[in-house]
Amino acid sequence: MAQSEATAQHSVVHHPALAHHFENLEQQREASTLGMWIFLITEIMFFGGLFLAYSIYRSWYPQVFAEASHHLDIVLGGINTVVLITSSLTMALAVYYSQVGNQRKLILFLVLTLLLGLTFLGIKVVEYSHKFHDGLIPGVHFRYDGPNPQQAQIFFWLYFAMTGLHALHMIIGAGILSFLIYFAWRGRYSPEYHSPVEVSGLYWHFVDIVWIFLFPLLYLVGFHVKG
Amino acid sequence: MSTAVIHTPAEGAAEPRTTYLNAGHTLKSWLLTLDHKRIGILYLLGVSFFFLIGGIYATLIRLELLTPQGDLVTAQTYNKLFTQHGIMMTFFFLIPSIPAVFGNFLLPIMIGAKDVAFPRLNLLSWYIYMTGALFASYAMFAGGVDTGWTFYPPYSTNYANTYVIATGLGIFIVGFSSILTGLNFIVTIHTMRAPGMTWYRLPLFVWAQYATSLIQVLGTPVLAITLLLVALERTVGVGIFDPRLGGDPVLFQHLFWFYSHPAVYIMVLPAMGVVSEIIATFSRKPIFGYKFVAFSSLAIAVFGFLVWGHHMFTSSQSVYAGMIFSLISYAVAIPSAIKVFNWTATMYRGSISYDSPMLYAMGFIGLFLIGGLTGLFLAALGLDVHVHDTYFVVAHFHYVMVGGSLLAYLGAMHYWWPKMTGRLYPEGWARFAALVVFVGFNLTFFPQFILGYLGMPRRYYTYVPEFQLLHVLSSVGASILAVGLILPAIYLLWSLKRGPIAPADPWMATGLEWRTSSPPPPENFERTPVVTWNAYEFRSKEETEVIGPMGKPDVSERK
Ligand code: HEM
Ligand SMILES: [Cu+2]
Repeated sequence: MAQSEATAQHSVVHHPALAHHFENLEQQREASTLGMWIFLITEIMFFGGLFLAYSIYRSWYPQVFAEASHHLDIVLGGINTVVLITSSLTMALAVYYSQVGNQRKLILFLVLTLLLGLTFLGIKVVEYSHKFHDGLIPGVHFRYDGPNPQQAQIFFWLYFAMTGLHALHMIIGAGILSFLIYFAWRGRYSPEYHSPVEVSGLYWHFVDIVWIFLFPLLYLVGFHVKG
Repeated sequence: MSTAVIHTPAEGAAEPRTTYLNAGHTLKSWLLTLDHKRIGILYLLGVSFFFLIGGIYATLIRLELLTPQGDLVTAQTYNKLFTQHGIMMTFFFLIPSIPAVFGNFLLPIMIGAKDVAFPRLNLLSWYIYMTGALFASYAMFAGGVDTGWTFYPPYSTNYANTYVIATGLGIFIVGFSSILTGLNFIVTIHTMRAPGMTWYRLPLFVWAQYATSLIQVLGTPVLAITLLLVALERTVGVGIFDPRLGGDPVLFQHLFWFYSHPAVYIMVLPAMGVVSEIIATFSRKPIFGYKFVAFSSLAIAVFGFLVWGHHMFTSSQSVYAGMIFSLISYAVAIPSAIKVFNWTATMYRGSISYDSPMLYAMGFIGLFLIGGLTGLFLAALGLDVHVHDTYFVVAHFHYVMVGGSLLAYLGAMHYWWPKMTGRLYPEGWARFAALVVFVGFNLTFFPQFILGYLGMPRRYYTYVPEFQLLHVLSSVGASILAVGLILPAIYLLWSLKRGPIAPADPWMATGLEWRTSSPPPPENFERTPVVTWNAYEFRSKEETEVIGPMGKPDVSERK
């Protein structure tokens, strides 16, 4: 923790980004990183409820889930998976360039990450509108010609809840990236102070990882259980 | 009562000291404050208000139950009364109470920090709390909700004609304030401790807050998603909890209790932390088995997540699951018992003074013991089938929540009041009120054990005439309890203006919070304290050399 030298140092270098209640930037960075990790744990628990519901209903109705998952577009889903993994790479590079203090490359990779994120969301909109046209939105207008439409409705319900919640996180992520780009452009980040970029990177990777679970669980069930 | 040994009357009487209270007088300086102490006070106002509302509902419930027939309210209104009572008391009072008020105020001071790690999030959490409260109040005034605080489907999803979604949304929102508080505390304890404040020097209140925060962070998101599912089920009717559409209502119970059992420890762990502080101070002895008490908090937090099925013995849950849940519920009582033993051992041969905080703490130990032991009755699979959903359960949880958590909350209020306000309250009245609360409480809830054992179901507004005597006793007890709760409200408010000025350390206690002035300056300490002693190291006057020239010192007065 804050050592006595740190206390001494405090009065010597006072970085403009250092909040008044921290002794030094190191402590501040430690706090924000730990804070983000804990936030991500709450996110896991939040998504966890849906994953639990998914596991139960999939184990109850394996055939129906396999059948219903054939209505999802594997090609678009696959492209989106690649897009997101690539965006994780660009985000990681952005964090790296913020650490070494290369402002131009930092901005470049933040912008790339943002564009990839928006591409993902765009493709998601296309997919959702297809589902809408096929009448696969759960609720009163739900139309499904396969067997057990009610159980299939639970599948689609989970599909929309889980991917919708994920998309919401992507939208928030895009907002965060825009902020980062703005402040990076204003030259706020430096090798001494770049924890916002780092912490946002953690968030972005988390959102990607959720998708890495969603894609096989929703799109690829049909390959596991022969429908 | 132990008066302060040394209190240096503020040297510059001409130039009043800046405290967190007089650092700004405008409304804006309160509503936009980032000071954890002010945020604690804001929370105090919020939770007190909802405690009052919850209390009004309770009064109406007890009035209705005076007679066997339903003569004050209709069945429908009665359903709303107990639902609103439960929701207000659990989600808007008890869960935020000790963490958000005393945790916020004290935790940074206790570890020698200037503030919590994320002051903005801290303020945000208060606004989130108020927003959630707004939704719940809207629902309350628009017509209320009648599902019980547990929101079981299919009633809540398909049949209830009341404001389920607005209330649920209120609880959903308020959950995020709980998450933010927990997150803030965990990070604060990890990263903001003063030099020398090692983990094993932390006051036990801090350990308890740490364990509580873990539960808040891990459990609350599950409640959030569960309530979201109920709202979706109600609006779109997708069938996740509806057997007619292939869903399962018992899934709701699993999800709900996965949060709500741990949530009872959100309510009681901080209370246990308070009791550890008070018992040590007023026995003038270090807590017996410090590490056991510290780790038992963590053990409770962990085991607390594994016992939710004991609320579902009579659902369609498998009998084998029930047996395992029953066994683990017994295991969770062990760390609670460790604490009780250690407090008792601390008091043994201590030099005990019976000041009002100590009366509350001793009340806590006795009543929590009864509440916890009856919890074990309920956790016994066979017995629970008999008493499930009866007044026995109602009595059990009121012993732990009111007899336990509320008493500790009041104890904390009295113990830290001089620190928070800089004023002393009339001790005689305080002791009297503590006694009234104790008597009123037992008279209210002990008869309910008997009622429940005899078969009085909970949540009914009429009953067979044989039960009237016990119900009347309970209602009489409730009015005594109400008097015991109104008294502190009066003399504490009175003390704000008229109470004698409090010294820095009125109790000769040991925590860092007593080593800064009362009320503390905005930054808590004039300079970062360096900790060289263990928690609860009671020393007499030779303390002097370590901390300051004036005996029991006030670090912030030392320039
Ligand atoms: C010693 C540990 C405890 C054990 C073994 C235990 C056990 C139980 C059991 C088995 C039930 C379910 C009874 C039924 O519905 O048939 C129950 C209900 C309840 N307990 Fe405990 N309990 C313990 C401690 C606590 C604490 C510390 C609190 C709160 C601070 C608490 C609050 C509640 C509440 C609110 C309910 C009723 C929930 C409802 O149905 O509305 N319990 N307890
Ligand atoms: Cu429980």
